Amino acid sequence: MVEDRRPEAEGPAALLLRALNKSGRSAACQRIGVTGPPGVGKSSLVSALIRRFRASDKSVGVLAVDPSSPRSGGALLGDRARIELDPDDTEVFVRSMASGGQLGGLARAAGAAVEVLSSTFDVVLIETVGVGQSETDVEHVADSVLLVVQPASGDVLQFIKAGILEIPDLLAVNKADLGAVAERARAELESALRVSATVDGRVPPRVILTSATTGAGVDELLSALNEHSAELRASGTLSARRHDKSVAWAVRLFVEQYGERGVEVAGGRPALRASLGKALAGGATLLEAVSAAAAPTD
Amino acid sequence: MASMASKDPPWIMRTYSGHSTPAASNALYRANLARGQTGLSVAFDLPTQTGYDADHPLSRGEVGRTGVPIGHLADLEALFEGIDLARMNTSMTINATAAWLLSLYIAAAEKRGVDPRALRGTTQNDIVKEYLSRGTYVFPPGPSLRLTVDTILYTVEHVPDWNPINISSYHLQEAGATPEQEIAYSLTTAIAVLDLLRERGIEGERLAKVFGRLSFFVNAGIRFVEETCKLRAFSALWDRLGKERYAVTEPKLRRFRYGVQVNSLGLTEAQPENNLVRIALEMLGVTLSKNARARAIQLPAWNEALGLPRPWDQQLSLRTQQILALESDLLEYGDLFDGSPVVAARTREIEEAAWAEVQLVLERGGAVAGVESGYIKQQLVAANAARLAAIESGQQPVVGVNCHTESAPSPLTAGGGADAILQVDPAAEAEQIERLVAWRAARDASAVARALDTLREAASSGVSLMPASIDAARASVTTGEWGGVLREVFGEYRAPTGVGGARTPELGESLTVLRTRVAEVAKRIGRRPKLLVGKPGLDGHSNGAEQIALRARDAGFEVVYEGIRVTPREIARAAADESVHVVGLSILSGAHLELTREVLAELRARGVQVPVVLGGIIPEADRPLLTAAGVRAVYTPKDFRVGQILNELLDIVDEVGA
Repeated sequence: MVEDRRPEAEGPAALLLRALNKSGRSAACQRIGVTGPPGVGKSSLVSALIRRFRASDKSVGVLAVDPSSPRSGGALLGDRARIELDPDDTEVFVRSMASGGQLGGLARAAGAAVEVLSSTFDVVLIETVGVGQSETDVEHVADSVLLVVQPASGDVLQFIKAGILEIPDLLAVNKADLGAVAERARAELESALRVSATVDGRVPPRVILTSATTGAGVDELLSALNEHSAELRASGTLSARRHDKSVAWAVRLFVEQYGERGVEVAGGRPALRASLGKALAGGATLLEAVSAAAAPTD
Repeated sequence: MASMASKDPPWIMRTYSGHSTPAASNALYRANLARGQTGLSVAFDLPTQTGYDADHPLSRGEVGRTGVPIGHLADLEALFEGIDLARMNTSMTINATAAWLLSLYIAAAEKRGVDPRALRGTTQNDIVKEYLSRGTYVFPPGPSLRLTVDTILYTVEHVPDWNPINISSYHLQEAGATPEQEIAYSLTTAIAVLDLLRERGIEGERLAKVFGRLSFFVNAGIRFVEETCKLRAFSALWDRLGKERYAVTEPKLRRFRYGVQVNSLGLTEAQPENNLVRIALEMLGVTLSKNARARAIQLPAWNEALGLPRPWDQQLSLRTQQILALESDLLEYGDLFDGSPVVAARTREIEEAAWAEVQLVLERGGAVAGVESGYIKQQLVAANAARLAAIESGQQPVVGVNCHTESAPSPLTAGGGADAILQVDPAAEAEQIERLVAWRAARDASAVARALDTLREAASSGVSLMPASIDAARASVTTGEWGGVLREVFGEYRAPTGVGGARTPELGESLTVLRTRVAEVAKRIGRRPKLLVGKPGLDGHSNGAEQIALRARDAGFEVVYEGIRVTPREIARAAADESVHVVGLSILSGAHLELTREVLAELRARGVQVPVVLGGIIPEADRPLLTAAGVRAVYTPKDFRVGQILNELLDIVDEVGA
């Protein structure tokens, strides 16, 4: 229902999302975003994580987002193939979705889908392809963002240039079975992360060596993800963090839709953020908040 | 007239065959040999090719379909009963499990008192092209190549007249490769194998000896001048590679040796008798030039696009070869093309383009990296899309298909064609399983367990797998047990589909029109039409599925495509989770009745009401059965207009979505 883009579907979808919001069930859900360039083995890593979550009896919802073609709007949703599933396990659900040509890489529908999945599953994994500057929206819907990198790919430099390293809470250097190259990639990443973290006074995120094929490092990765989630909960910052992220995303969508001129009309960025924040806190869905901010009634 | 005394001996004449059971295939072989065939070419069924026993759930419907099932030593003995292994030249089209089938062959020879040193023949043993086109791989590339190398080293030492690898460009052409791509990707496969041998310390004269044992399996298409040039270019580049990269000094060891199956990709279901002429032309491409003539030839049958050929159809293919070799004067002359400026120029062009592509793949890390990254597959999918688009637009004429389609009824396919192909007896699968169960019960269980332990140790430790495999063959181990142990140690693999990076060539208006229609339907139903392309069963021929997935995406569909070997249950599960509007199945192995019914049952069990369509080599007689089972539409090779298929899918989506 939340994927339906017909105008008449908006009402029922919003109703559903508001009801889910109220139920508060998504608060308990652990939302993990997994992103990285194509071919680094994100899906095999997601597979390995699913197996471990299932072993500890947690239900898992997966949203696999693939880019859609700007020419035709079509998309090849091939990631599902790389996620190994027991077809009879009803506690796992995998849904593929096209990014729908949104600048942000995550379709608006994906945001809503994450909400729906969060109310249903203990863990929600959101997998997105690519880490171009415009494809980092996964940070807006995930509590923890995991960036997966391949050794010797020359990606590190690209990441620094694109500012990607500010986004993840954790990094995995996958294909660690490649040995020394993987160690070198980790060292490079760690030093780059230290630099970027010093600039804005954060603790640099951890870098973990994993191998989806041999399973090495996956347990360490899992406990790091669990620790991050536990920290957010223990410090009481989870709901504030989710709120901030939603506001940030709403701002993005607003700008995408109404442009800088729209921002001016809404009274500038701080005012826009405030009104979006208020609407979201009041239980509005993302789209409702954005359109309400565009047409202020007061 | 040239003297008859100087006439060249003909090439080895084979037909690629095998089906149902070892005994039925043995009868076929003996009949073919009696008709003048001079070698055997064994087609194995998909469970055998992928290392499963006949009673494994994945084997259901596939046993004895695309070839003969070989589950253990007694099956192999039955297959060659009454055939002298010391004198026969046997080619086995087997790759992931090549080491195992060769082990069975050696064990069977020993039991008959034939010295393995006397065995002659070929194991295809080319795993790279399995990842690229044919799909019957099992393990990841690393361990797979190790199996290849183990087999090569063993035969060079112990079965010296055996061709341990037959690098296949055949399947690359089936996947759409241009002549240049065919040569380039085969050569990079050879380089991957030879470099690995060098890493293992095989050098100098030993490496030269191995180089001399490598052979190729080539496809010959309808453009026979170009094909002749292709083979001349291939020979020249192989010679160059031996000299430059591996320092092979003995010219004899650098000789390009190849066998041929002529193209069945271009054979048509419409007016199938036309294929007789196509096959003859294709054969000319690999025989006319003496300097680049095939060592062994197998021709497909005129009715292969309809289903499994009957013995009579195979006989006709054999006779075609015999007429060229025995009645014509071809073998009495030297090379017809030496000195032809036309041939020299085209050969040179192909050589240069192929060599450039070889360098490109090497720069990108070689054939294995090219498989893992999806690069090579993408190139093939794109080339195939261009080929199909040219046929669809009429730019590339195919007589009886996109031009001159008016047709008198064919007496060869009268009666709906059901009698024009061989139907595999459905009882064959049960019979095979029965024999397997009896075999397991009668053997020495502790000897089996010991043999499997030794195999496991060899796999984990890195020593050659051949001695342990031959011991396992002697100890009555089954194909599924051998495959199972190696799966345990090596893991399984899923190759990139290549669809992601490829693009449909712009087809002028038709694609634009289709895109507009997709957008309209999307508006009406609220989201983009979502298509699940599923390949159930063990059939790895994914070219058709890939082309549908590619075009559908480029027309604006959302396409869920999971690659090959997906179970009916997984397909149903994906259809449910993904809320797709339509499911398209692709099955070419002949197991479509069983597998489609299973998919439909799994969907029903989940309460999913989604229309299902089917594409593949589907005999007309099966169409009503499939429709009755609930299939919405059936597409066969006759339906070559992909755009039209997608239009019909949109009709279905629109009807269901509304």
